[in-house]
Amino acid sequence: MSYWFGNEHRLPQARLTFLTYLLVGLFVVLVLGYWKLQVLEADYYAELAERNRIRTVPINAPRGKILDREGRVLVDNYPSFSILLLRDDLREVERTLPQIAAGLNIPEEEIRARLEAARHEPQFRPVVLKHEATPADIAFIEAHRRDLTALELLMVYRRRYPRDGFLAHVIGYVGEASEQQIERSGGRLRPGDIVGKAGLERQYNDILMGTDGLRRLVVNSLGREVGRLDEKEAIPGQPIEITIDYDLQLVAEAGLAGRKGAVVALDPRTGEVLAMVSHPAPDPNLFAIRIPPEEWRRLNEDSDRPMLNRAIQAQLAPGSVFKIMMGAAMLESGVLPERFSVFCPGFGVFYGRTFRCWEKQGHGQVDLHRAIVRSCDVFFYNVGQRLGIDRIAFYAQQLGLGRRTGIDLPGEEAGLVPSAEWKQRALRQPWYAGETISVAIGQGATTATPLQLAYSIGGIASGGVFRQPHLLKNYSPVEEIRFPLAERTVQKLAQGMFGVVNEDGTAQRSRIAGVEFCGKTGTSQLISFDTLRRLGGHLARRFTENAWFVGYAPRINPEVVVAVLVEHGEHGSSAAAPIARDVVKAYYDKKSAREGQRYTVELRHHDPEQATMIAELQPRLAPETVSSAASRTPAVSRRQSAEPGSAHRSTDSGTR
Amino acid sequence: MRAERVTFRDFDWWLLAIALSICAIGILEIYSATQNTSLAGMHWRQMGWVALGLIGMFILARVDYHAVLDHAPLLYLSSLAALVAVLLFGEARYGARSWIFIAGLSLQVSELVKLVIIIVLARFFSEVRTDQLMLADLVKATVLTAVPLGLILLQPDFGTAVMILPALAIGAFLAGLQWKHAVAAILIVLLLLPVGWSMLKPYQKERIYTFFQPEENPQSTGYQTLQSKIAVGSGGFWGKGIGQGSQNQLGFVPVRWSDFIFAAVAEELGFSGVFITLLLLLALLLRLVQHAQRAADRAGMFVVMGVAAVLGIHVLWNVAMVIGYVPVTGIPLPLMSYGGSATLFVFLALGLVMSVRLRRFVN
Repeated sequence: MSYWFGNEHRLPQARLTFLTYLLVGLFVVLVLGYWKLQVLEADYYAELAERNRIRTVPINAPRGKILDREGRVLVDNYPSFSILLLRDDLREVERTLPQIAAGLNIPEEEIRARLEAARHEPQFRPVVLKHEATPADIAFIEAHRRDLTALELLMVYRRRYPRDGFLAHVIGYVGEASEQQIERSGGRLRPGDIVGKAGLERQYNDILMGTDGLRRLVVNSLGREVGRLDEKEAIPGQPIEITIDYDLQLVAEAGLAGRKGAVVALDPRTGEVLAMVSHPAPDPNLFAIRIPPEEWRRLNEDSDRPMLNRAIQAQLAPGSVFKIMMGAAMLESGVLPERFSVFCPGFGVFYGRTFRCWEKQGHGQVDLHRAIVRSCDVFFYNVGQRLGIDRIAFYAQQLGLGRRTGIDLPGEEAGLVPSAEWKQRALRQPWYAGETISVAIGQGATTATPLQLAYSIGGIASGGVFRQPHLLKNYSPVEEIRFPLAERTVQKLAQGMFGVVNEDGTAQRSRIAGVEFCGKTGTSQLISFDTLRRLGGHLARRFTENAWFVGYAPRINPEVVVAVLVEHGEHGSSAAAPIARDVVKAYYDKKSAREGQRYTVELRHHDPEQATMIAELQPRLAPETVSSAASRTPAVSRRQSAEPGSAHRSTDSGTR
Repeated sequence: MRAERVTFRDFDWWLLAIALSICAIGILEIYSATQNTSLAGMHWRQMGWVALGLIGMFILARVDYHAVLDHAPLLYLSSLAALVAVLLFGEARYGARSWIFIAGLSLQVSELVKLVIIIVLARFFSEVRTDQLMLADLVKATVLTAVPLGLILLQPDFGTAVMILPALAIGAFLAGLQWKHAVAAILIVLLLLPVGWSMLKPYQKERIYTFFQPEENPQSTGYQTLQSKIAVGSGGFWGKGIGQGSQNQLGFVPVRWSDFIFAAVAEELGFSGVFITLLLLLALLLRLVQHAQRAADRAGMFVVMGVAAVLGIHVLWNVAMVIGYVPVTGIPLPLMSYGGSATLFVFLALGLVMSVRLRRFVN
């Protein structure tokens, strides 16, 4: 043990002291380090800590339901999952982006584009990566909760639309808000929001769309929710009740039975739209969220144009339905006597050109009533010639053609009532009198939508009161345009249309026992038969004729008016009238069931001589302009210009 | 051996008080950090370890440190054997084979080996008779240290291994290390760095990478450091209160009851808590240096300074690691981090110091 005590060396005090100072120095450095973090940069780190623990999750507000006039659900919602990309930590997002793209099967560029689009949004607001997550997506996200912390699932409500395109054009569909929509919304819409893109969904988006809420969650380091800070509740969208009657809609859809065309049923007393069909229609469920680009292209390039709402957007020659407007113009203008009649040999010669009647044998001596019932073209050629284009245009416009009806749907077309002034303005050509002859039977440049025809005929039968068609049940105020017609005019035209169905008229096979069902057939030709022959048989169907029928009941002050268009339907009487008949019959069947009574046909004949004029209804007169000089050159209408070989459309058979 | 004439009147109650205060803060934060986790109740176990440590400390304080140093060779060989045994039969935790079961308790052998190395080095340096440390002695001391250190590296427990080096460095320094040797040693270390680098495990390399570029990979160790810094910084001056730290409570701070316990302290007790805790730790270390200065002989001084060196490097590295000043290595904060072996080591080391203190008056 000697080594313990033999050691008399003094302790290295200097070096110990040095170590003391070193130690104190190092502690001072550390204290300063903590001072820097906890005092100087405390706010910065406090914010980081908050961002760490708080996650803001949107709460989806369900859109309002769409109900029919009897409260039956047409459109509702179902829950589904959306995939969100949280942007709280963009570095993390950037790092895991390839993995996310691969796992969810979304192209990386698309994710980047979405991030870019949301660049100016608050960072706590996540970006929607994908709507309608598949079970595989959900499994992927659940499996990568720990490493792909930027992914989050959000329960959202999705639209459930009627199947097979039922009512599709009326309802429309929803989709992600476009950039323009976001800009125009004035801050209400954000990228990724689901908004109405067409139809009622778009028209009444502000009512239907709710306000999303926000939930601030406290999450732990694994992103698991451990508590809730606060919650701004989602405000669900309001439901809308629409004027569509599901039963009538069913009948109308079934009536068209896969043919291209449209059906519109209105209540002229209120302007309510009871049914509206346009076929073909896309199934909105297919692209309720985001339609694949190829599907979108297919729908838009389809020659059948399924995206077109034919009821309000198809602008077609009204054909013989226009004869009712002609009759109104004839009676109201007083240019021709009420008893005006002509002899129809099956054709007529005007300005050196032969215009045929659809009935080759001719109708013999016809007055206005017979001309409507049998749809005589020659009679109206004569009426048209005597009225002149400007008078025709004036009355047609007053009676609801050539202008939008103002229905509460986006994208309504106005149709066209040609006039000398219009032709000069649009085509920079003078009006040729020969064109007037075509216009007189609803051909030429004249176009109207199915809705307009229902609106116009309904208004005429109501004595010249045109109520704005609308789909929202408590729509207010309903615009009412009055162009009072003489009672006698109304009686005369109504009697004619009654005869179309109930006498030996063009729609006599569509009678309904016990109902004063009236109407007017129409067949409008798309191109001339000559051209058709040249094109050959395989294209025949594409270029044949459109069948029209506008029917209503009862005879005066109708409750329901139905316009039917069947494209390439050949004849209004065979193709279109039965559909209108079925809808009107369904209307009365419902009414009978509701009121427990049967409706009977009033078979008394209305003698125009006995009818009295209603004093206060003073008809307005058309401008006393004279149509421009006669010409041998037939008119070149808008549609004809696209088909140079078919310039002589009105020369062949007319319309009935 | 001299007759035992020590009384606990000379016991350093202040040192004990400081140590227990630090333990109290540690236990408080262990409680707070684990209260809502599956580890809840761990603070009770920590208290048990502290109690066990206190007993060990009092026993060791009574033993003359010279007697302990007498058995240094035996202790040294036993610890080498234990380290080999651990490598062969030990249990792996956190990726390192450094645990062994003794009487139902799992012990981290390397923690106790630290103590042995302190004793062995104290014995070695106290036998050096020259004012200046000769090169041969320096090499001998280095080899003595290198063998167990190498075994610990094999576990692999890089952190613990590195924490032993200061005992050698401080010991050599106090034993009269010559500047030229110091410079040479540093140069050799620098030259060996590439070799050492190639021997590092991938995760160790990553830790060093991320230390220099913490932003590059926020999800791994850089992420740990970042979260730790957020905890510290967001604590502010007064802290968020016990059990109120979101970084701590929600688990953003990694192993917050153990290696990162100081981040929990900083978040919940704020800068004020940090300052007081650091003052306590500094006071503890300065008290140790003071005891070294007043030691009865060089052997006592080397024992105390060995303890001070090992504790000091633990404290400095850990506290600096929490705010990202040094790379993350799995080393505990003495007296505060949860851990039986580590706590036991500290109290046994303090027991040795007490033993020196009680015998400071040479008679």
